[in-house]
Amino acid sequence: MAKIIDDTPKPTAKERLQSTVDSVQGGQVWSSIFRPGSIFRKGYSDSPRNRSYVIMNSVLYHLHPVKVKRHAVKVSYTLCLGGLSFFLFILLTVTGIFLMFFYRPESTSAWNDISNLQTSVTFGLLVRNMHRWGAHLMVISVFLHMARVFYHGAYKPPREFNWVIGVMLLKLTLLLSFTGYLLPWDQLAVWAVAVGTNMMGYTPVFGRDVRFVLLGGAEIGSETLLRWYVLHVLFLPFVTVIFMAIHFWRVRKDGGISGPL
Amino acid sequence: MTEIPEHLLKRAQAAREKAAAAEPAAESAASEPAAESPSDSRIPAHLLERSKAAKAKASGGEAESGGGAVAVQDKVASVVQATPTGGGVPVGAGPGGHTQRLLTVVKSGSIQDVKAQPVDKVHTWPHLLAAEFVAALACLTFTFLFSIWVNAPLLQAQNPNQTPNPSKAPWYFLGLQELLTMFHPMVAGVTIPGVGLIILIFAPYIDRNPSNKPEDRKFAISLMTVHLMFWAVLVMIGSFFRGPGFNFVFPWEDGLFFEL
Repeated sequence: MAKIIDDTPKPTAKERLQSTVDSVQGGQVWSSIFRPGSIFRKGYSDSPRNRSYVIMNSVLYHLHPVKVKRHAVKVSYTLCLGGLSFFLFILLTVTGIFLMFFYRPESTSAWNDISNLQTSVTFGLLVRNMHRWGAHLMVISVFLHMARVFYHGAYKPPREFNWVIGVMLLKLTLLLSFTGYLLPWDQLAVWAVAVGTNMMGYTPVFGRDVRFVLLGGAEIGSETLLRWYVLHVLFLPFVTVIFMAIHFWRVRKDGGISGPL
Repeated sequence: MTEIPEHLLKRAQAAREKAAAAEPAAESAASEPAAESPSDSRIPAHLLERSKAAKAKASGGEAESGGGAVAVQDKVASVVQATPTGGGVPVGAGPGGHTQRLLTVVKSGSIQDVKAQPVDKVHTWPHLLAAEFVAALACLTFTFLFSIWVNAPLLQAQNPNQTPNPSKAPWYFLGLQELLTMFHPMVAGVTIPGVGLIILIFAPYIDRNPSNKPEDRKFAISLMTVHLMFWAVLVMIGSFFRGPGFNFVFPWEDGLFFEL
């Protein structure tokens, strides 16, 4: 009589999982998503080749070159200030998009929206706090980054132009922070902005026009709020991203970060 | 006729003189049996073995001892000067009886100007990315925890008829507001920050000192430090020492008039 009992052992759950993983990772969909050399295709083992692939196969890490000067990775040299400024920019973008869902830039509803955000929206208060404190932190970190670069003499040839871009970015950071300051539409915001824009009104020759364009009128009002909202959420981030792209690109083109001293 | 650059002619002359000076030494070196030093040889050991065997076969095992000695002679001087030590080896044979001659070694620096010096580099992953990741995580944690414990200010809805006393700009503009108490608004709000900004932008074109060593740029560093301290002090006075009517107060006596 023929033996009809299949005595090969049944595959265990682990083996079945493994074969599923293998078939998925061997499939066309998977290999079309992850580039050759990606750690999701063949795992990661520490080798110079794989260390390069980690950078080359990631669109974000790709901001970096595959290799950097040995002294450039010393935290005591850069204090990570430039990188942290960029990180805070991303954090502010993410939290800012969240806030945009609950905010209308109209003088009648702006303050109520913020107030409701704090009291009735899940994590609304937390996210608003993070946006606010992150913004102050970013001003500080960009400012300290500038001081660090100056004290290291990193603005010297061939990096002069990148310093100019950097000062623009500092200015843009301040403007981003200042335009966002108005948006809660409370007493603090409106009067702080009144003080600031009054100062700009003293620009020689066309001071009154500058002020009029900025406020969208003779006094702070609904038009000002809409104007500064668009500046804050669209125009200034757009310009900042362009300047940041040039800034990061120039860091690499000018031969990596400066130093050692 | 092709013109030969002067520095190459000079170098050739120097090399010829050096060779002439080294000749007696090289002769004596070639005549004495060389020590066995396989690590010194650029020719792989198995090739040396093969050529040695071939040569031994050709000369009928006669040159066993002599051939072994020549096989490790690798120095250019001795190759050029190589004398037939083993029987049957042609005149001018190289190591192991090779008959090729190395005419000259052209160093890369002599015909092409190599400007890039090798730089000590490390892989971005993990050396830089790990540090950046930790820094970003620490920054996120700090922001998160701070946001849990400290709420962003939200005062009453704006009221154009009620001016808060004092009215203060955001903290980074409080230095300017502080200047307003001393100068005409055009000077404090436009001229001073404008000139400061222009000088800051043009700093790389004003500061022509090429060194980045702190000891070489005492003036630049002092100027920047004074500048930064100037604004820091003004911002702190504006933030903490200005009360109602923007009058000078001590925060430990009259309290703090400051919102972030």
